[in-house]
Amino acid sequence: MGENVVAIAEFLTAEHRCCDENFAVVEEAAQAGDTARCQREFQQFQAAMEWHFQKEEEELFPTFEQTTGNTMGPTRVMRLEHQQMREALAEMQGALGQGDLDEFLGQSETLLILMQQHNIKEEQILYPMCDRFLASNAAAVIAAMQAVSAHPPA
Amino acid sequence: MIPSAGLSLEQAPPFSVPLRFFLTAPWFLVLAALLMLWQGPGIFASRWLPATLALTHLLTLGFMAQVMLGALMQMLPVVVGVVVPRPRLIAALIHILLTLGTLALALAFLASSPFGFQIAFGLLGVAFGVALLAIHVALWRAPVANGTVIAMRWALLALLVTVSLGLLLAGFFGWGWRVSVVIATDLHAVWGLIGWVVLLVAGVAYQVVPMFQITPPYPPQFVRGFAALVGGGLALWSVCRVEQWSTAMRVTGTVLAVGLAVFAATTGRLLGQRRRKIGDPTLSYWRVSMASLAVTALLWLSSRLIPTWAQAPQTDLLLGILLIFGFAVAVINGMLCKIVPFLAWFHLQAQLLGRARIPNMKHLLPDAAIRRQGWAYLAAFLLLLAAAVDPAIFTYPAALALGVTGAWLGVNLAGVGQIYHRLLQSLPAEAKSA
Repeated sequence: MGENVVAIAEFLTAEHRCCDENFAVVEEAAQAGDTARCQREFQQFQAAMEWHFQKEEEELFPTFEQTTGNTMGPTRVMRLEHQQMREALAEMQGALGQGDLDEFLGQSETLLILMQQHNIKEEQILYPMCDRFLASNAAAVIAAMQAVSAHPPA
Repeated sequence: MIPSAGLSLEQAPPFSVPLRFFLTAPWFLVLAALLMLWQGPGIFASRWLPATLALTHLLTLGFMAQVMLGALMQMLPVVVGVVVPRPRLIAALIHILLTLGTLALALAFLASSPFGFQIAFGLLGVAFGVALLAIHVALWRAPVANGTVIAMRWALLALLVTVSLGLLLAGFFGWGWRVSVVIATDLHAVWGLIGWVVLLVAGVAYQVVPMFQITPPYPPQFVRGFAALVGGGLALWSVCRVEQWSTAMRVTGTVLAVGLAVFAATTGRLLGQRRRKIGDPTLSYWRVSMASLAVTALLWLSSRLIPTWAQAPQTDLLLGILLIFGFAVAVINGMLCKIVPFLAWFHLQAQLLGRARIPNMKHLLPDAAIRRQGWAYLAAFLLLLAAAVDPAIFTYPAALALGVTGAWLGVNLAGVGQIYHRLLQSLPAEAKSA
């Protein structure tokens, strides 16, 4: 059993960092009062987040649940937190639509913490577990995640 | 074997679990300020005076330990993936015993009362006993031993040493136990401030700095080595201190000081590389904290080279203020201003579920309020440093600034708690039970 396989962790952690960068750009545009740029960057950020959620929810989590026989544990909480972040993103979208950048920045502050405490759980606990349990299967899982095409949330 | 079966990445414990600690802690800063006002400049004559020791413990136990234990009960499920058992009961027990124990200890110092030390011994002994047990159980069950978990294990070991030595000293004052008081006090202070506080802050920083400031991660070689270096260094230093091997003490002390400076510099460098461009009050607190830690290390190193500094009582006082009020209180104050509004929002969201509009974090605790309280903190820090050097002039202004920043923090946080309770009460009864 390969203890040092980090394939899935590496792949998904990189996506987290990518979303972090997007987030910083969005926030900076809002702080600068540039609504148009903020709208553009936010759209990209929201889409990147949604796509990442879909890769996990449609490929990684089901595989993990089948392999471990556990559908009520970590993946259930992760799905719940994805939902919370979707709602926070929707709130931000609403504030942006009304041109209320102050409200937007207040919401983005909340999202950042929500997002990062979720990332900590995934990166420190769930992904290493995935790499351990799905080791032989990691390449296939990653390929399946890459094949997920972004679509609107169900 | 599927260990994940026993693992729940459960959401946070009830809000009351950490909140009771967070709302109490700031008022110990106010108590510390009142003690300074009452005692006057004499309190800065030496670190060994009873009133100075009472002041120190109002800060370390009343403010620091209070928040740190509350925050650990909140953080462990997130970072480690393990829930502290019976959170409400354990939190209430630790909180009450720690609060009363801190007051008893401060009064015991001030009244030189053996009976007071006996009471403090009992209250604090049970409080830390329960806390150490609950947190140890959680940490050793951690499914993944990452850098944070390793640093926290060392930190808890250091806390165990600190508490044991503290109880031993309370036994000396309370029952006349035979203890080498000066050596035990030195070890108690160093294990508490360097072992427990620095390692806990480092363990938290490994996660919090890259995530919330959006910086590169800490270098893995640093994360791997730092906790062991500090823990091992402290153990060696302690042996040298007990055996009075002064050259060896100097060498291990130097290694420790350089280690702390490297941690401060590494964190400072990461903060300089942050991708998050917007201003953020906690960033300033991290900077003050790391600068204080670096200055602590430099002051200690230079005092070894300049014998008159090493013998001056002000040097020890300055080191204490830099570590306690500069390094630890700053980072804790910054964290409180984020975690309390976030947790209020988080629990409101979970309980209101769209039935009422939830104010965002910046409505719960506005940036302007955080910034103004931050200036009061900075004034208190600088005035305390000045008071250590020239107590006659600066003791009273320092005490006032300390009282202001403590009360302000207390009011800011209590305000968040009030909005939280008001919003929950505004719900119709049937919605609450849903």
